[in-house]
Amino acid sequence: MLRRLLIILLVLTVVLAVGGTVMADSHEGEYGGTLIYAQGADADALDPHMTTLGNSADVIVNVFDGLVRFKAGTTEIEPALATSWEISDDGLEYVFNLREGVEFHDGTPFNAEAVVFDIERQLNPDHPYYLEGSFPYAGFSLGMIEEVTAVDEYTVKFTLEDPYAPFLKNMAMFATMIVSPEAVKKYGEDIFKNPVGTGAFKFVEWVRDDHITLEANEDYWDGRPYLDELIFTVIPNNQTRLLELEEGNIHVMEGLNPTDIKRVKENDELELLEAPGLNVGYIALHNEKEPFGNKKVRQAMNYAINKEEITEYLMGGQATVAKGPLPPTIWSYDESLEGYPYDPEKAKSLLEEAGYGDGFEFTLRTYSAPRSYNPVGARLATAVQQYLSEVGIDAEIEQLEWGTYIEEGKAGKHTAAFFGWIADNGDPDNFLNVFFNSDNRGSTNRAFYVNEEVDRLLEEAQQITDEDEREELYKEVQQIVVEDAPFVFLNHMKMQIPVRDSVENYVLYPTNNKYFHKVWLDQ
Amino acid sequence: MFSYILRRILILIPLLLAISIVVFFMIHLIPGDPVQIMLGNKGTEEDVARIRAELGFDEPLHIQYFSFLSNLVRGDLGRSIRNRNPVIYEIKNSFPATIELTILSMFFACIIGITAGIVSAIKQYSIIDNLTMVGALLGISMPVFWIGMMLMLIFGSELGWLPISGRISRLADLKVITNFYIIDSIISQNWTALQSTIAHLILPALTLATIPVAMIARMTRSTTLEVLNQDYIRTARAKGLPEKMVILKHVLKNALIPVVTIIGLQFGSFLGGAVLTETVFARAGVGRLLINGILGRDFPVIQGAVIVIASFFVLINLFVDILYSYLDPRIHYS
Repeated sequence: MLRRLLIILLVLTVVLAVGGTVMADSHEGEYGGTLIYAQGADADALDPHMTTLGNSADVIVNVFDGLVRFKAGTTEIEPALATSWEISDDGLEYVFNLREGVEFHDGTPFNAEAVVFDIERQLNPDHPYYLEGSFPYAGFSLGMIEEVTAVDEYTVKFTLEDPYAPFLKNMAMFATMIVSPEAVKKYGEDIFKNPVGTGAFKFVEWVRDDHITLEANEDYWDGRPYLDELIFTVIPNNQTRLLELEEGNIHVMEGLNPTDIKRVKENDELELLEAPGLNVGYIALHNEKEPFGNKKVRQAMNYAINKEEITEYLMGGQATVAKGPLPPTIWSYDESLEGYPYDPEKAKSLLEEAGYGDGFEFTLRTYSAPRSYNPVGARLATAVQQYLSEVGIDAEIEQLEWGTYIEEGKAGKHTAAFFGWIADNGDPDNFLNVFFNSDNRGSTNRAFYVNEEVDRLLEEAQQITDEDEREELYKEVQQIVVEDAPFVFLNHMKMQIPVRDSVENYVLYPTNNKYFHKVWLDQ
Repeated sequence: MFSYILRRILILIPLLLAISIVVFFMIHLIPGDPVQIMLGNKGTEEDVARIRAELGFDEPLHIQYFSFLSNLVRGDLGRSIRNRNPVIYEIKNSFPATIELTILSMFFACIIGITAGIVSAIKQYSIIDNLTMVGALLGISMPVFWIGMMLMLIFGSELGWLPISGRISRLADLKVITNFYIIDSIISQNWTALQSTIAHLILPALTLATIPVAMIARMTRSTTLEVLNQDYIRTARAKGLPEKMVILKHVLKNALIPVVTIIGLQFGSFLGGAVLTETVFARAGVGRLLINGILGRDFPVIQGAVIVIASFFVLINLFVDILYSYLDPRIHYS
């Protein structure tokens, strides 16, 4: 009897304990309050299709939804405005079943017609609401679409020109989120500053270069956000922004100086959220120009540069060493890659074998200001120059203005130049195909790298939709390109977001967009 | 007098035309294409080519200039390339912030600068004089950026007396009418907003005032010294006027005439200082508009902002010249 009682008690305890933890995990946040997030620069447009700027995208993802979305903190896809989808076997047709009963913030019903309208106004120059000089992302995000049709009120069908496996990921990008067709008609050219979506927050006002205010969407299909109000404010100076965070006048900020990391970590009222970012910084070695036509020289360049020191000291620990072109957290990253550890002796012997035992001279191009994949700007070039000189390579640094730099980089006027890439949609295709497909010479293949095997693998990986098969192909590509070393693979930046300790449930997304739907304030 | 003013205003037209030519061709000379900068690494080549064509950048430069000019004559400054707002809207939106800042800053500069200049002239070679002049030298030499950060650290962060950044508390509820926040808060009788606006102005205004304070103090000192040696001052003293009267009535009015010129000229440097001050203190003004325009090669915004600033500068100078004839009856314009 006693034993039975004991067992019952034990079972009860376990049940309670488990129940308790489950309850603790699903702890509901507090409703209410205003959260202020400080950016370094103002948004340029709040129509998802009219911008490529991160500061705009951060606002957009809170006001709009896409057909699908990224699962919190990942690049995996989950339903959003579409509840389910089917992909035809040939990979050419995507049929989305849309969520019923959703309304845009202006009361316009969300349906297949709205989707068709929003896609067509970007792709068809004859569409009455096509805007000249706009839609900078349309070619990238939607260019593969041949036709989009409304099958019935809640079913929409996309037909692609060629199979394109990353298509679903494109549909989760901020740039393909759906805008209210009635708002487009109502505001015309001014739609860029009157955003009307289906998202967790509604737009209230935008004071240029100062702030953008959003308020909670009470009727959000995925549940009302915890916050009543969300303000994006602009504070251009990194130091001023951090002071405001320390004073408690803002809650979350972007853009931390490497030298301020310690200060944030030592402050009890602040918390530094960190996660690996989906980006890569590299030097493109022009494979059609001597001496970089020689694989051994390219490998020697990779061995000669001490990337551990660069990421640890020059970049203040804000970055990790890149072993290849893909960031380690992206799906299909090849764990077996060893990359090029710092080994100046090996670099020298490779140069010897290549017939450059006495070293060589070349021009190394750089931009001046820091960028999101390089927090130190042109100082990175100086460091690289120093390492190269130790193995007898003489790099002459040439600094260009950013617009010209990119233009000439696309045209291949450099011998070697610093570049970087930030993921658009979290698909490996968005790195590997961008960098290494020979078709992309003249735009994003800045090493002018040509390898028929790589081209074949990349194109095959675009055409099949089975993820396991794609993964194998991408791993093969990584092995080949790391061996061929068309780049000097340098670094991946971490995402670092300082927040006040009152900010709860803030999740960093690999795409680096700032989502506030599930965030609450401890008041 | 009236015909003089009219003539000066008419001179504005060829002047602005010249400015528009210089600005237009200069910004097209600096390397960098707005569409490339806008898209950066992203966007396909087709996107770049399409947007360039749609914005008219593939036309020859002189054709682009004439279309800019013909729009300008009709009062249309075009739309920003980066955010599609009409340039005139962008300027209307940012100018009031800069004017509020400039006026308060000039007020500080005059009060502090003139007082310091007169005191050090009267007490020439005293400790006060030496300290003031060293201070003035420091004021001219110290970077505006650094002064701003220091004031912010001391009065904003350490002492917590004044707000650090922005034009008004981020939680303030002010109905914007004219975009001059002081005027708006008075119109809507929102006294908390007024208080917040003024508090937010003090640190940036002091920062922006440092260089003009120094210039005004030095100028006031030297002109005061000059006036103090004039015969009519000796006469005034000889006839037994109290020293206070001598200074206020005879010295000050005459010493201030050249100072007015300095003040007028300093308005120009205010706009330069505003670029830095507005960046440090996160104020949405015309300095930030201009710097963002330049960084993004947003040609219509740069052209528009420069033309408006130039007109403003010319008008201030005209005003100073008119003020001159009022202060110094020896000067006549015809």
